[in-house]
Amino acid sequence: MITAAKPVPAPLRAATRRRRPGQFHAGLAIVGTVLLLAVLAPHLSPHGFADQDLLRSLQPPAWVAGGDWGYPLGTDRLGRDLFSRLLFGARVSIAVALLSVGLGGGLGTVLGLTAGYTGRWVDRVISRLIDVQLSFPPVFIAIAVMAALGQSLVKLILVLALVTWVQYARIARATTLSVREREFVLAARALGADEGRVVLRHVLPSILPPLLVVAAVNMSNVILAEAALSFLGLGIQPPTPAWGSMVSEGRAVQSLAWWNTVFPGMAIAILVIGANLLSDGLQRRR
Amino acid sequence: MGRFLIQRLVHLLWVLLAVSILVFLLIHMSGDPIRLLTPLDAKPEDVERVRALYGLDQPIPVQYVRFLQGALRGDLGESFRYQRPAFELVMQRLPATALLALVTLGLTITIGIPVGLWIGARAGHAVDWVISLVTFVFISLPSFWLGVLLILLFADRLRLLPPSGFESPAHLVLPCLTLSVYTSGLITRVVRADVSDVLRQDFIRTARAKGVGERTVLGHHALRNALISTVTVLGLQLGNLLGGSVVVESVFAWPGVGWLMLQGIQTRDLPLVRAVVLVVGTAFVLINLVVDMLYLYLDPRIRYDHSR
Repeated sequence: MITAAKPVPAPLRAATRRRRPGQFHAGLAIVGTVLLLAVLAPHLSPHGFADQDLLRSLQPPAWVAGGDWGYPLGTDRLGRDLFSRLLFGARVSIAVALLSVGLGGGLGTVLGLTAGYTGRWVDRVISRLIDVQLSFPPVFIAIAVMAALGQSLVKLILVLALVTWVQYARIARATTLSVREREFVLAARALGADEGRVVLRHVLPSILPPLLVVAAVNMSNVILAEAALSFLGLGIQPPTPAWGSMVSEGRAVQSLAWWNTVFPGMAIAILVIGANLLSDGLQRRR
Repeated sequence: MGRFLIQRLVHLLWVLLAVSILVFLLIHMSGDPIRLLTPLDAKPEDVERVRALYGLDQPIPVQYVRFLQGALRGDLGESFRYQRPAFELVMQRLPATALLALVTLGLTITIGIPVGLWIGARAGHAVDWVISLVTFVFISLPSFWLGVLLILLFADRLRLLPPSGFESPAHLVLPCLTLSVYTSGLITRVVRADVSDVLRQDFIRTARAKGVGERTVLGHHALRNALISTVTVLGLQLGNLLGGSVVVESVFAWPGVGWLMLQGIQTRDLPLVRAVVLVVGTAFVLINLVVDMLYLYLDPRIRYDHSR
């Protein structure tokens, strides 16, 4: 299926394994819960994410001596409620995960499909572009570009989409090449269906499943990349809470208040575990 | 073989061209670069003088060609902050990053391959289940958080290891541990998947039927097949370790290129940032080339000379 000489990538190879939907459902449950918490953040959070109360600075979690259930996970240096900030931080992670995967996936699918279906010079140009960009370390490039562009949520999503589209494009091109010559596509063309219809109704649906696997694998990567960028101060800017920047703020007080670094990082890890379960389950289901 | 080499070298040139364009544009993405060089209250005629001094008054293509000519001579401009050639600064920091990457790679290989082989041969058993779960968590942890937690535990609480710096071998422990949790988790999973796949294939059954010992079956047949994807993943990871350690280097104040780049970013020292990107990008490409050559050696089925 894959034309390149390198070994077939794991997602495709694994796609032929036996069915194990348990992981998929567990991942769906975790990611779904975080999504729900993110959507409902304004209704669920006991305090505003920027509400300061300096008298309550660095208050410990409720179950530790000195804590109180009005601030279930304790407070940060400025007396802001960590639990509320985590809920609002989920919005950033989820928005970045869904939008940059959607944009990068969309762009990669369109270009990969075009290259594979059209062939000739279009394919040569796009393939060269794919090969060249695959030789770049994506997160490293994202760091450099975010540093130069300046920081905002929209830029972050665009940059992450632009460093990941090649992974979809590569798979889309390779699968299109193999589907293009299959009987049902040839038949549709022989029957006089116009090219647009053939691509949309026949080629696209049959190349989607492997692309879905790539998207799931990529989701955990972009969540981690966003967290790392925010940790470095190159992602989401304060006062908007992002889990990565919360860990970095927590470092300043980590010997006094462990909860400031432990909980945001745990939130990232749980979401990434969910996304990884999702992609693992998806790979084995098919 | 010769044709393959030529193809790879052509590819290398394309990639370097792309890296150079990206790196050149970096300085223009941030708006008018002249604003980084002059104080806000500088007189307009002074601003224009500085602009001409740095060649920033020329058309963009001319600037690019000049930049490229300079880059080919190893001249990537002067760091705004250090007032020294940016390329020199990067090369000074490269050994620290390479040390971190190589020790991590060593740890990854010595842990990942044996453990992956071990549980791959016992796919479905309890040990496989437990270790697979552990590696699954390992590849899901954000590295910067892990680093912060390790400092909290081993440096702040237990006072066993130094939290940051570059003075002794003890300073290597925490950063390498942080980096290798992810990479060794990943390699263990890759080796395990390949080994358990290979062990189900007919030639393994044949080998066993011939009476080949289990040690040879695992060490020779299974491992050799698993090595191909292991080398791919390791090559990619080595590249990521060179560049992606920006995060870990900044957590541990490790004086490598990643930390240098972050300092460059924080002080808006764009010539420095682009020198780091160019050097790391080139290193990444060269590592990929070496990985491709290794395939030839590892898998005689792969021959790169078939035409498209």
